[in-house]
Amino acid sequence: MKRSNLPILLSVLLVSALLLAACPAPAAPAQQAAPEAEPAEEAIEIEYWQYNFGARVDAMNQLIANFEEANPNIKVIHNADIPYAEFRDKIAASVPAGVGPDVATLFYGWQSVWIDAGYLVPLPEDAFPPAMVGEKFSPMVQASFVEGTLYTLPTAVRALALFYNKDLMTEAGLDPESPPATLDELADQAVACTQRDDEGNLLVEGFVADPDAQDHHWFREVLVRQFGGVPYSDDNSEVLYNDEAGLQAWNYLLAFHTELATGDRDLFDGSTNAFVGGNVCFHVDGSFRLGTIAKDNPEMNFGVAELPAHNGIKSTFGSYWTHGLTKKAAADQARFDASVKFLQYITSAEAGAIWVDIVGELPAQLEAGSNPELLADEKLGAFAAGLGYAYSTFFANESDQKQAIVDSFDMVILTDEDPATALQIAAEADQEVLDDFWSSR
Amino acid sequence: MRLTLHQRQIIWAYTFMSVALVFFVVIRWYPTLLAFNVSFRDWNVFEGSGPWVGFENYQEIWEDTGKPRSSVTAAFSNTVRYVLFGVPSELILALSIALLLAQIRRFSAVFRVAFFAPYVTSAVAVAFVWNWLYQPETGLLNQALDLVGLPSQPFTKSPEQALPSITAVAVWQNIGFAVIIFLAGLQQIPGLYYEAARIDGANSWQLFWRITLPLLNPIIVYLSVLGTISYLRLFALVQNMTPQGRGGPLKSTTTVVLEVYREGFSSYKMGYAGALTVLLFLLILLITIIQLRFISRRVEY
Repeated sequence: MKRSNLPILLSVLLVSALLLAACPAPAAPAQQAAPEAEPAEEAIEIEYWQYNFGARVDAMNQLIANFEEANPNIKVIHNADIPYAEFRDKIAASVPAGVGPDVATLFYGWQSVWIDAGYLVPLPEDAFPPAMVGEKFSPMVQASFVEGTLYTLPTAVRALALFYNKDLMTEAGLDPESPPATLDELADQAVACTQRDDEGNLLVEGFVADPDAQDHHWFREVLVRQFGGVPYSDDNSEVLYNDEAGLQAWNYLLAFHTELATGDRDLFDGSTNAFVGGNVCFHVDGSFRLGTIAKDNPEMNFGVAELPAHNGIKSTFGSYWTHGLTKKAAADQARFDASVKFLQYITSAEAGAIWVDIVGELPAQLEAGSNPELLADEKLGAFAAGLGYAYSTFFANESDQKQAIVDSFDMVILTDEDPATALQIAAEADQEVLDDFWSSR
Repeated sequence: MRLTLHQRQIIWAYTFMSVALVFFVVIRWYPTLLAFNVSFRDWNVFEGSGPWVGFENYQEIWEDTGKPRSSVTAAFSNTVRYVLFGVPSELILALSIALLLAQIRRFSAVFRVAFFAPYVTSAVAVAFVWNWLYQPETGLLNQALDLVGLPSQPFTKSPEQALPSITAVAVWQNIGFAVIIFLAGLQQIPGLYYEAARIDGANSWQLFWRITLPLLNPIIVYLSVLGTISYLRLFALVQNMTPQGRGGPLKSTTTVVLEVYREGFSSYKMGYAGALTVLLFLLILLITIIQLRFISRRVEY
């Protein structure tokens, strides 16, 4: 009996082995057949991906509709089903499988990693001349040039500004029509606005320093510069914020926790939610937060001012979601040409003007961004004004470089590390990320 | 070829099992073997291939462990701490609960369900609920501490308390499974032994140490092996209970799997992530072999 089972066992194994071998097979012929199925004159399908954010999806749907009307032979498939947290994972998983986007939207700070991974291809110079980009786009878009080569272009850009809760200011006896214009005023008003109960628990937070939110940007590109330093060397290869000016900036940020005690990051579900929930007087955030507030707390009586100046220096951090062409697009000339056309349209001034109406982000092209109506807008005006003096950080790896600042901040707050030592540690960790990046170039 | 009834039954059996086999080969074994391959390459995630670099990724991990405040060192030492805190507490608590449950008749099903429910709940949901319970000042646990006059605790917000806090949630989540297995084990011990021992004048402490515990040994080995593996692979709870899912504050809760995920899917360093995976695999293999060797002695009466 035992012996007679053996051939059966073997044949079953053989069948399953054949099944296994057959598994990847169907994919291969399909891929090879694809170009034949698409004669040059027929409609070309390209795929566009972005992460899911209601207003952006609506705006892009409208841009795609406009584009398809003007280019009836190109069909754009819009994939915006992926939540922000999973966007990079899904891209990483989709591309080797050959089903990813031709045009993808990414945070500008991810460019280095995406380029290093071989995912993005340079934008063709004839369609996107570098001189045109320098002339027509907001200066911060220069961050799209990686080692002199243009890889991506945005529809819109954002800047940081100071959000202030007018009702809380009034309660504290402050004038809601004159929000802090300097760093010293911010510190004073934050202290005045902070309220505690009899046991010392925070009821209203004046200002919450929170590098896990936007304050790591505020530190690097705004505070460091205002205290007389520069965050990085001109060629982006060296960390420079670990000097005297950087330390002053660092201490200014830390003071909100240590000396002034105007807020606690862990209360009310983090600094951003705390502001949106109406528990914080002053908050540094981007224009994209306007949409969150409109949705989650539309009743809130708040204003937006330019970031406080110091030593007469104004600065803000500018950033943007940007669109790149992928390797998948480059693999097929017809699809690549269609993708270039699409990219040209969604980065046009016209697209920027549509975008600002729906999303609230400022047009990346100066022509649309310098619109006087926009500058006079009660909420958007402060952001638009900031575009003129905004800096974008060059990131080799945004999440690791941010983590360096967050960890050092934690060291001081949670483990009583000496601020100067902690700043030095942040600079070293940051430098290591940069070294890692540049050494592989 | 004429097949006997028995042979046909066997063919059917293998046919049905081969479905599961195919699943395991494609979904489990192939990616596992691929991870070994990836770990020796400078793997490009977008190309799905990369040049062979030998042990370079392993060497990089080794160099990273020598750096101050290294994430990899933190990940390995935290992972070991999760196992050392988690497995013994889980086994001791589960055995205590099982012994209590074995004594009651009424509502025993209700209790079993109550203890088992967390085990079948998604780790993400569990993490969110516990995040709220652990909230500073406003969380339920801190309000309870406040009621009895104790100072409020930072729990997951502090580098010292975060790892034990997350371990506690993992224990709470896994304990139901261990309780059920212990209960099954307890039922298998013949009542005869206890009766005989009692007639000989043994007290209940002696009954536990001399009869229950030795006869539960295979169960304890089984649960400690499974428990160790599950704590070595801890990921979802940490990712969902720490700021930005990065195993903070100050890397105090990060695990090897979390680092694998971070290196692979946020920095796209697949080769490095693959090498970490292989090291974790070897660690699990080693610990499991040691456990099976040294604590699985059979007890027969």
